[in-house]
Amino acid sequence: MAEKKSRGKGSGNSEFKTILKQLSYNKLAMLGAIIFVLELLLVLLAPVISPYNYEEMDTTAIRQTSSAEHLFGTDDLGRDILSRVLYAGRYSITMGIFSTLLAAALGMVIGSIAGYFGGWVDNVIMRFLDIIQSLPGLLLSIVLSAVLGPGYINTILALSVNGIPGQARLLRAEMLKVRGNEYIEASQSINCTKLRVIASHMIPNSISPMIVQATMGVANMIIMASSLSFIGLGVQPPAPEWGAMLSYSREFIRSSPHMAIFPGLAIALTVLSLNLMGDGLRDALDPKLRR
Amino acid sequence: MTPVIEAKALKKYFPTPRGMLHAVDDVSLTIQKGETLGVVGESGCGKSTLGRTIIHLLDKTDGQIFLHGEDISDVKGRALRQVRERMQIIFQDPYSSIDPRKTVEFTIREPLKVSKKYTREQINELTENLMELVGIDMRLRGAYPHELDGGLRQRVGIARALALNPDFIVCDEPVSALDVSVQAQVLNLLKKLQQSRGLAYMFVTHDLSVVRHISDHICVMYLGQVVEQCPSKELFRSPLHPYTRALLSAIPSVDIHRTGEPEILEGEITSPINPKPGCRFAARCKYATEACHAPQVQEEVSPGHFVRCCRVNEI
Repeated sequence: MAEKKSRGKGSGNSEFKTILKQLSYNKLAMLGAIIFVLELLLVLLAPVISPYNYEEMDTTAIRQTSSAEHLFGTDDLGRDILSRVLYAGRYSITMGIFSTLLAAALGMVIGSIAGYFGGWVDNVIMRFLDIIQSLPGLLLSIVLSAVLGPGYINTILALSVNGIPGQARLLRAEMLKVRGNEYIEASQSINCTKLRVIASHMIPNSISPMIVQATMGVANMIIMASSLSFIGLGVQPPAPEWGAMLSYSREFIRSSPHMAIFPGLAIALTVLSLNLMGDGLRDALDPKLRR
Repeated sequence: MTPVIEAKALKKYFPTPRGMLHAVDDVSLTIQKGETLGVVGESGCGKSTLGRTIIHLLDKTDGQIFLHGEDISDVKGRALRQVRERMQIIFQDPYSSIDPRKTVEFTIREPLKVSKKYTREQINELTENLMELVGIDMRLRGAYPHELDGGLRQRVGIARALALNPDFIVCDEPVSALDVSVQAQVLNLLKKLQQSRGLAYMFVTHDLSVVRHISDHICVMYLGQVVEQCPSKELFRSPLHPYTRALLSAIPSVDIHRTGEPEILEGEITSPINPKPGCRFAARCKYATEACHAPQVQEEVSPGHFVRCCRVNEI
């Protein structure tokens, strides 16, 4: 009985397990994953770990370099940079992840409709995406967040609109390729519904480029979020954010480079770990490359 | 006896920028229970399109299709789903006809799951039976298609087609992508299944030696039209249509005493886009006369032997 049960619903779960197993063979991808998980832990535990309150000013210690008291030094208002970097990660990383997830989800719906139906449906959707993509990405986000107003949620929305066309296009192109395969015809001949053909056969076979793109897209979104903060549209001060910290330290880059180095390092490390993971995922998702 | 499948004046045209492509033009055929109709012809003559149109994977342009005497030409929705369960297809390329991301077991049980007729226990049991029937070891149930060889993959495709217990299966060149040694195994499996389940096959192929081995009747297609249709033995003994003769003389032979040179066809293949009325083979036929450019009708020359050629009695 127990055996039958596990076999009955196993396929989705075991597919996920196989991918994880494959990923574990790839040392670089694992390094990326470990760095990213560590970062997430540090950021989540920020209230416990951080030595100071991120808003607390210490007028006796202004623009100090690294010391035992302030590991990453202090900024021009005497705030502890280590604490600020930790708290900033909460905003930066979650904004990156959520805006990418939102963009990927909407892109998946739009892309699979265009890719499955083709013809005029595809044409209409693609021309619409052309219009969005004809605007420079950052400009579009600036306009949107100016309309929606600054703030955490609004910034995520403004960023995700930017990511939708790319994701949709990627999925559509793959789906057009997959649609010509005979197993799609076979699934029609055994009476699969349109939804089942799309969800069970076409998306699993065309999603891997999208996953890779999304993993690396998180990195891109973090940088975009920083750019928005730079012009005062993203997360509002005194709430810290890596990009905002970076741009803020611009004035002091000659005298106190440590103010730019640490948030910069945090961004670089996140982007690197996500890219390593994305690369590994691409290999792990291809059943032909499995060991 | 009512035939399992009957097609009457079936037409399938594809719109192209240069006009209508007549892929299947005025094809009539019948297939009885437990019998195999071989469909032969050169690449692009509409053999596969014919099969797909009959099982409703493509929408016909005109004509009628009957399943057990029941008109299924225009079924839609629920009725179409029921009809499809009784007509299945085995594809040519086992490398693209199975979802590379699904295990063998998933692919075979999917039709059972989708039909919503069975409980989970029944599905498990039926899946096991199917795997045994087509000769796939149970230990391969969790394997992915890329881990299997062509023959095993084709067996997965056969099991999937059999899952819903159909009456009629279109075999779309099921062995042309396989090694010769594996071809024989798959062909024997198909024959065995036909005997035990009384299946009717439409066997599409361009391999004449295969079709001779497996078919009861043969129809020869040329540019969307059936030029000759008769029992298998008779076709090989006394081909009547000039195209059939040329086709048969092109079968390679290992007999060094074989007399007669193969007939080499000359001339351009007529375009299937907006073809002129009249015999489509006329441009390459050495017997062609003025009369061949008038529309041709299919005549029954002897019982069960149909030919579409106006000069059949003269040549």
